[in-house]
Parts: sequence; C-alpha cells; structure tokens
Amino acid sequence: MDIVGVLADAMRTAVGPIAAAYAIAGIGLNLQFGYTGLLNFGHVAFMLVGAYGTAITVDDGGPLWLGILVGMGAAILLGLLFGLPTLRLRADYLAIVTIAAAEVLRIVVRGGGESSFTHGVFGIQRFANSFFDANPIPGGDYGIGRLSFTQRGLWVLAVGWSVVALTAVLVALIARSPWGRILRAIREDEDAARSLGKNTFVVKLQSLVVGGAIASLAGTLLAIDRQDVRPDTYLPIVTFAIYTMVILGGPATRLGPILGAIVYWFILQFTDSFLREAIDAGWIPTSIISADDIAPVRFALVGLGLMLLMIFRPQGMFGRREEVLIDGR
Amino acid sequence: MGAELPTREPARTVTTIPPVPGVAKSDPILTVSSLHRRFGGLVAVDVEHLEVERNRITALIGPNGAGKTTLFNLLTGFDHPDRGEWRFDGRSLHRMPAYAVARTGLVRTFQLTKALARMTVLDNMMLAASGQRGERLRNSLFANVWRAQERVLRSRAVDLLERFGLAQMRDDYAGTLSGGQRKLLEIARALMAEPRMLLLDEPTAGVNPALVQSILQHVKSLRDEGMTILFVEHDMDVVMGISDWVVCMTEGWIIAEGVPASIVANEAVIDAYLGARRAEGTR
Repeated sequence: MDIVGVLADAMRTAVGPIAAAYAIAGIGLNLQFGYTGLLNFGHVAFMLVGAYGTAITVDDGGPLWLGILVGMGAAILLGLLFGLPTLRLRADYLAIVTIAAAEVLRIVVRGGGESSFTHGVFGIQRFANSFFDANPIPGGDYGIGRLSFTQRGLWVLAVGWSVVALTAVLVALIARSPWGRILRAIREDEDAARSLGKNTFVVKLQSLVVGGAIASLAGTLLAIDRQDVRPDTYLPIVTFAIYTMVILGGPATRLGPILGAIVYWFILQFTDSFLREAIDAGWIPTSIISADDIAPVRFALVGLGLMLLMIFRPQGMFGRREEVLIDGR
Repeated sequence: MGAELPTREPARTVTTIPPVPGVAKSDPILTVSSLHRRFGGLVAVDVEHLEVERNRITALIGPNGAGKTTLFNLLTGFDHPDRGEWRFDGRSLHRMPAYAVARTGLVRTFQLTKALARMTVLDNMMLAASGQRGERLRNSLFANVWRAQERVLRSRAVDLLERFGLAQMRDDYAGTLSGGQRKLLEIARALMAEPRMLLLDEPTAGVNPALVQSILQHVKSLRDEGMTILFVEHDMDVVMGISDWVVCMTEGWIIAEGVPASIVANEAVIDAYLGARRAEGTR
C-alpha cells in the first residue's frame, strides 16, 4: 500500500487544471444560485459554448484570445436566451428550460458530421498550441516530492488558478455592492424586492449572464488543457457536480466554490487511488469490489459524504450556521 | 401639510362627504374607475369608482374573499386587471410593472410579511432606498461611486429603525424577529422607499396586542406627517379606532363607504360583514 502515492495523486487532482476549471464554473454558479437563488440546471451549456467558441474560432484560423472572447460572447447570448423567456415566470421555469436546453445544445453540437463546423462526435483537437507556445516556464518537472507537475501542467495551473482568483474577486466585489444586495433580496423573496421598486427581472438576467460568462471561461480552460473538445464532455452530470461543489463549500460564500471544488476532486481521486491500491494489496477481495467497480463506488462515497455534510453541517464548509437555521418565512 | 391640520379629529374634514359608494373626495390621491378582474368564472374585483383622500387613513374592510388583497395586487402592479383605469396623483398606473408602481411613490406591504429572512435588518432597510447608484451592475464594482451614498442611506435607515424600536436588532437576521417586529420592519422598510402613499395589507394580523397598539400609533403619526394610508383590516376595533374613512367590499364590489360611525350603522355592511360575523359568534 503506497499511501504517499495515493495522497500525492489526490493532491495533484485537487489542485489540477480540472479542479481549477470546476472552481471557475462554481464561482459563476454561486453568483446565480448562491446569491440570487436562480435554479440554473444547464450550467454545463455555458462551459460548452465557452469551449466550442474557443475551439471553432481557432480552427477557422482566428487567434486564441479572440476565441476566448467569442466563447464568452456566446455564453452571454445563451444567458439571454435562457433568461428572457423564463425569468418573468415562476422560478421553476428557468430550471426546466435550462436543463432541457443544455441537452439540446449538446445533441445539436454532436449531430453534425465531420464536415460540420463542430465536427460532430469527433470534436476539435489541437487548437491551443499558441497557448502552450507562450509558456514562459523553463522545461523540467516542478513540485515537492511525489507531487510534481510538468512544465506544461504548471503553465495551465498558473493561468487557471489566476482566473479562479480574478473571477472570485470580481464576484466578491459585485456581491457586496447594492446590486449584490438586490441579488440576495431576490433569493429571499422576489416579490418583496419588486414591492420596493427593484426591477428584479433585469437584475436576475444580469446575474444569469455574468455567471454564465464566468462559466464559459471554465469551459475554455478545460478545452485548452486537453487540447480537445467533444460534445460528450458536457453531460448534465457536470452541472450537478458543480452544484455539489458549491453546496459542499457553502453557497453565497466567497471561498466556498473554490474550496468545494478542491475538496470534491480530492475525495474523488483519493477514493479512486485508495480503492485501487487496496484491491492490489489484497485488502479488499475482488469478489466485493473489482477494479471495474471503482468508478461508480467513488461517486457513491462522495454522495455519502455529501449526505453526512447536509446532516451535520448543512451550511457547507464556509456557510454561517445561523443562516441555515433561519425559517425562510 | 398634515402636520398643520387639526389632526386630533381629522375625520371632521371628511364628514361632509356623503357616505355613498364611489363618492368623489375633495383631494383624492388615488382614483380607481371600472377596475375589473376575473379569475375564471369568479369576479374577484369589480370596482365602479373609488377615490382615496390624500393624507387620510382609509380602511378597506370586507369578509374573506371580498377581493381586498386582489384589489391591492391590481393597484400595485402585482396582478393585472381585465379592464379598468387607476391614477395615482394624476398619473395612470395601468400596465405598469410592480417595481415601477413602487417608484411612483405607491408602496405596499404584504398580508404574510415578507421580511428578507437571511439578510440583516439593516440590509432589509438599505435595500428599499430608491435611486441607489450602486444598484447598477456597471457601478457595483467601483465602491467609490456608491460608498458615500451608502453612508447617507445607512444613517437614514438607522433613524427609521430607532423610530420603530428596531435599532438594537439592526445587525440581526430579519428571520430572527418576531411576527410583530417583522410587521414593524416591513412598514419601516416601505418608508425607506420614500412613498407618498402606503398600502398596508393586514398590518396587525398575527401580532400580539401590545405591538398592535405600537403599529397603530405609528400609522397614525405617519398620517399626521402627511402620509396617505390605505389598509386592509379585519379587526373592527382597529378600524374604528384609527381610520378616517372606511370602504367596505363584498364579492369584489364596494358596497359602502363612509366615516367609521356611518359604516357600523350601514345595513348592507351589517348584512354582509358584521352580521355574518356575529352570527358565527366570532369576536
């Protein structure tokens, strides 16, 4: 049993580019769901348009920076598309429309053949070379002991976590403003905010669009890291994983989505590596859990952890307990 | 303007107005004509004509289901009529969304209090202020644009909280307040929006007797400072005690209006409302 190796694996994933991308998406969702109370169940669609906006633009000969902006612009349009017809209606309609529209979008992107501009199921590869060419980090491996990253990995990490920091500061600043106060009022009771002269429709739309634009950066980061976009990366389960992270960290907190993403990926990778080692070492007989079962079992363990958290710490890691105990009426 | 009036008995100035449904007032701030709202086969509101006198406390009474709250919803843009017209201080509010109605100075409260539970009492108050620069998304990032205004609003909010006896709770979550304190907070919060007329939907419902007196005292002193108040109330003692004028609705219609004394003597009101209550043996 190589416990140091297991921990190093878990740490590498917890601070890795995927965790950074999910943290960014979580920061966007936290604005929409945590502060404003919007039930956006199609968050993954914002990541999809971010990733595809970037990939398609570069694939058609555009520069990478333009691709990132195109992705963000597409996310803003998508936010308007989601919000304009639904945000005047009861809260549930946004949930229904977003979850359906996100799937429709994925299936449409998937539907084209290889000659379509999304390249259908084949996706688009090797569009971020200019990003890696700009890597200023000298060659070699970096890290402490067994926890190490390549020159390439470190560059993605540096950029990724910088974006995490920037978006987290941005959301923290706008959330503590009078505009942010309207967000929380909408979450608590939208009619009360309307009765006090607040145009809640516009503010909800702004929250949805800004959160979506942030999530597009998460999609872009994931795509750049893998140098690959494929429609089937953007399944609805991604949205719910992000919800898990936001709730784990504590909704409407500044650091919640970031720490939520780190802890989520740590637990997921730790259980994966740990179970693998335990099976190899013969601690767990393969008649109980075989190597093929590890992937589902680790999600079951994350689910169990989340249940325990909701029972013993319903406010998440960073939330305030008093807030949860308050009767909403 | 109300402060200079002989406010001990403001009712005297309206006693000359005949107690007839739809009667014209000398200085109406709110005028409603032919307002009609139907829910399926049920006519919820069918008001031919109603005027609400400025700087007076007008009570809106009627049995459950009379359409009082629906009328409030229509007047404040929370519901839209099938037809009808209403003007607030000469300005038509027809088809105006709720937030825009509030910005004209016609602010309502709710039957079931809508304290913003997981926000502090002070944040509840600050939210209500109008014309905040920091409420624009593009300004929200730049605290220097709105910090000074926030300071002014905070001191105004604290003053109002002092007046309503809530100043000690300013940093508590509104969700921790008692039912009566929430009603007070809702009125104080509405005032933060600087209204010219308040629509209070059952401001004393579910409030303990001591706080009821405090709420009524506040309503009276607001009137004395020039505010116009229209309120829905079930407790006849409250209605008789503080209102200058009473409007009685049944099944969407206004069946009677007049000074409180004339309303208790009105046959139609006794039949439709007081009589029914007496027969049930309630209150």
